[in-house]
Amino acid sequence: MKPDIFQDQVLLWLGPIPVTITMLTSAVVSLLLIGVGALLARSLERRPVSGAASLARLAYGFIHDLVEQAVGRASPALEVFAGSLFSFIAAAAVFGQLPGVSAPTANLAATSALAILVFLAVPIAGIRARGVTQYLKHYLRPNPLLLPLHVISEASRTLALALRLFGNMMSGHLVVALIVALAGLFVPVPLMALDLLIGFLQAYIFTVLASVYIGAAIRVGEGD
Amino acid sequence: MTEDAILALGSIVTAGLTMAIGAVGAALGESRIGAAGMDALARQPDEAGSITRNQFVALAMVESTAIFCLVIALVLLFANPFVAGR
Repeated sequence: MKPDIFQDQVLLWLGPIPVTITMLTSAVVSLLLIGVGALLARSLERRPVSGAASLARLAYGFIHDLVEQAVGRASPALEVFAGSLFSFIAAAAVFGQLPGVSAPTANLAATSALAILVFLAVPIAGIRARGVTQYLKHYLRPNPLLLPLHVISEASRTLALALRLFGNMMSGHLVVALIVALAGLFVPVPLMALDLLIGFLQAYIFTVLASVYIGAAIRVGEGD
Repeated sequence: MTEDAILALGSIVTAGLTMAIGAVGAALGESRIGAAGMDALARQPDEAGSITRNQFVALAMVESTAIFCLVIALVLLFANPFVAGR
């Protein structure tokens, strides 16, 4: 038996571009999320005192508080980014529980893409908040000798973000597959519940860490 | 033994050792986080929500070291670049 852990099945080729299962599932998850978001926004406008509107307000308040705690002040642009990250990773965890599908975040390429988004968002947010020179100067602080350490820390935390999400989602799926192969059909149900909990937890952690990294870039040079 | 067999044997043994030794550190760290969380809960039951949330975040961060070991072990078993023909 050789499970697909690091490989991805190619469904079809669009010219030179392969379309893999992960690309399909992440597109489906994104479309579902956009649909749900549009429905919630419409219910917020049409019927402000319904259950769906309350759900929308709760979800927004959750992201708003998370970003405010991480950055130290309200930041609407970061709220959009953090909210997208959280909802995508959480929805992917739920989607991965369906029979026959694996979560798009159980693929190293997908989690690397998310981590690279965070990696790119950090300098963009820092430069928007502080200007180019002020932001680049923080690499030379407190001492120019520490420049390599700054660079290494940015690279290693991106790697850690990608590997943490990938490892957690993939290992949950692998454990369920092993138990099904060894024990039978309904035995791994508690493990699937644990897998779902871990998925939500990882979505929260990924979002918190991304907000903390970006918040640190926004607040460059404020403390001193 | 052929060279492939030696490589496969080494990979399998190392994968087991990676998980075994890697899990020790994460287990020790998580037990300390759990103990500290219980301690904080007993002192300040009013802050239960915030304590539990931060505890879960810390647990998942420590857990990720064990997850890195798992990824390395799986690379050794299923995506080993040195074992030919797999």
